[in-house]
Amino acid sequence: MTWMDILRTAFFALRGNWMRSALTSLGVIIGIAAVIVMVSVGQGTQKEIDKLVSGLGSQRLDISPGGGRGPGGGARMSASSFFTLNQGDVDAIRDEIPEVQYVAGALRGNTQVVFSENNASTSWQGVQPDYFEINGWKIAEGSLFEADDYGGNGRDVILGDTVRRTLFGEDSGIGQTIRLGRVPLTVVGTLEAKGQGGFGQDQDDVVMVPLETGRRRLMGSMGLPPGAVMQIALTVADPKDLDYVQGEVEALLRQRHKIKPGDEDDFNVRNISQIVATRTATTNLMSKLLGAVAGICLIIGGIGIMNIMLVSVTERIKEIGLRMAVGAGPSDVRRQFLMEAILISLIGGVIGILIGIGGAVLVSKFSELPIALNAQVVGLAAAFSIVTGLFFGYYPARKASLLDPIEALRQQ
Amino acid sequence: MVPPVIETRGLRKVYAEGSEAEVVALKGVDLLIHRGDFVAIMGPSGSGKSTLMNLIGCLDTPSDGLYACDGIDVATLDAEELATLRREKIGFVFQGFHLLPRMSALDNVAMPLGYARVPPHERRERAQAALAAVGLGDRSHHRPSELSGGQQQRVAIARALINHPPILLADEPTGALDSKTGEEILSLFKQLRDDGHTVVLITHDAEVAEHADRIFVMRDGELHEEVRA
Repeated sequence: MTWMDILRTAFFALRGNWMRSALTSLGVIIGIAAVIVMVSVGQGTQKEIDKLVSGLGSQRLDISPGGGRGPGGGARMSASSFFTLNQGDVDAIRDEIPEVQYVAGALRGNTQVVFSENNASTSWQGVQPDYFEINGWKIAEGSLFEADDYGGNGRDVILGDTVRRTLFGEDSGIGQTIRLGRVPLTVVGTLEAKGQGGFGQDQDDVVMVPLETGRRRLMGSMGLPPGAVMQIALTVADPKDLDYVQGEVEALLRQRHKIKPGDEDDFNVRNISQIVATRTATTNLMSKLLGAVAGICLIIGGIGIMNIMLVSVTERIKEIGLRMAVGAGPSDVRRQFLMEAILISLIGGVIGILIGIGGAVLVSKFSELPIALNAQVVGLAAAFSIVTGLFFGYYPARKASLLDPIEALRQQ
Repeated sequence: MVPPVIETRGLRKVYAEGSEAEVVALKGVDLLIHRGDFVAIMGPSGSGKSTLMNLIGCLDTPSDGLYACDGIDVATLDAEELATLRREKIGFVFQGFHLLPRMSALDNVAMPLGYARVPPHERRERAQAALAAVGLGDRSHHRPSELSGGQQQRVAIARALINHPPILLADEPTGALDSKTGEEILSLFKQLRDDGHTVVLITHDAEVAEHADRIFVMRDGELHEEVRA
C-alpha cells in the first residue's frame, strides 16, 4: 500500500465511527490547546521583557543604598545606614571611571501638586542633568533646567504628562507657578509621554526638580546626611563595558565607603537583566505549570487513543484476517492501525491548535498578558500530536499485526 | 514440463505438539494438482479439511513434510513472505464472502492490488474489468449490503482473481447461498477452469463436489482420491 492508500483507509475507518474518533481525540485537543496557550503566553511575556530591557537600555546600571540580605538587617533601618550613597560617590564615578557616559544621583519623594483648584498627589524626582538622558526623557514643550538651576536656588519644575494634564488640561502650563506641598515652583518644561512602564505603573505621573532644590525644599526634616542621594543611575557608552564598569563601580564604592574585604556592601549595583530576572522566573514557572498540564493531557489523551485502538482491533478482527488473506503482511496491518492512531491524534492536534490560538487571544484580552504566536509553535504542536499517536498507537497496531489470519478469519 | 500448482508430500500438521492435548490433524498428505484442474476436497468437520485448506492457502505452515505452492517451498517463509505468497498465488473465496461493508464493490475488488503496489488508476481499471468478468460491471459502486448473496459472492470471486493468482481456493463458497444461486457460482468456477484457472473447492457437500473434475476425501487426517465410476 502506498502512503496515500494507508491514509485514505485510515480516514475512512475513522469516519465510519466519527463520534468515537472525536471523543477519543478530545484529550489531545485539550493537551495541544494547552501547549499553544503555554508557549504563546510564555513567548509573549519574553518578548515584553526583551522590549523592556532594550527600552531601559542594556547600557545602564542602577545603584541603590543598602546591602544584601542577612541577619541583623533591622539595624540598617537608621537613616545613616539607609542613606549610604552621596554626591561624592556620584562625582567619583564620573571622574574615575572613563567608560561611564552619563551618571546622575537622584532623590525622590511623594507630594501634593496644586495649581489653582486642581491638585493631585504625585511623586517628585530630584535630578541631575544626566538624569534625562539616562532615562530617555524628552522635553515636549519648554526646556530643561538651566545649569544654574542645579545650584540649589533654582525654583523650576518640569511636569510629566499625566501631571500636566491634571493641572492644565490641554495647556502646557509653561510659565505658570504651581505648588509642591507649600513650595511654589515655576513650570519651565513638560515631558513627552512615556506611557505605561514595564511593571504596569504610569511613568508620566511624576514631576522633576533639580536635585538640590529637592534636597533643600522638599525633603523636609528627614534628617538626611549631607549630600546624600537615594539612587545613582549611570550608563556606559558601549554595552560591552557594562560588566567591567559594574565591577569598577563596586570596587570604587567599597573603597570610598571603607568596607573591609569580606564585609558586606552597603549598596547594591544592579543591571537591567538582573532586575528582569525575577520577572522572567515567574513567567517560567507559569510556563512550566502549563507545560505540566499539557503533558498530562497528552498522556491521558494518548491512553484514550490506545484504549480505542485496542477496541478497534478487536472489533475489526475479521477485516484484519481478510486483509491478511488477500496479501497484507504484518507490516501492512501495523502501518494501517498506526496511521489511524496518528490521524486521530493529528486531527485532535489541529483542532487543539485552533482552540489554543483562540484561547491565547482570550488570555491576552482578559489578563493583559502579552501573547506571541508563530509558525514554529504550531509546527511543534502538530509534531507533538503525531508523536502521541505514534507512541500510544504502536502497541495496538503491533497487536493487530501479530494476529493469526486463520483465527481472525474464523471470528464471527 | 510445467510443475504442478500444488504439490504436497507427506504433509503433516500437529497442534499442541508434545502436550497432552496434542492433535494430529494431518497424517501425511500427498496431493498433486496441476494448472487448469478443478478439484474438490470433501470431508466431514473435524476431518482435517480446514487444516489442509489453511496449509494450501499459505495461511499456516506444515509441521512436517513438503508443500510447494506453485513451485515455492513454504516451510521456511516468515509471516511477511507468506503474505506475499498469498497475494501472488492464492485467491480466496469464503463461505461468508468477507467483503468490507464500508467499501463499494469496486474498492473491495481493488483492495488486494493496493498491497501489490499497483498504481491507483490501474487498480480501478482492473477491478472494473474483473467485476465485468463475473457479470457485475454495472454494480461496481454498490456497497455489499446493496447486493444479493450471489452478487456478493461474485464480488468476492472478482477480488480473488484480481491478482491473477494460479490457485483459486474456495471454502464452502455456496454454503450461504440458495441452491439456484449456488449452481450459478459453481458454473462460474467451471468457466474459470475453462479459462485456465486452477480451482480448489473445499466442501462437505457431495452434490457440490460433484461439479469438480477430481474429488478428494479427507478422513481422519488422511486424503484419498475418490475414483468415480
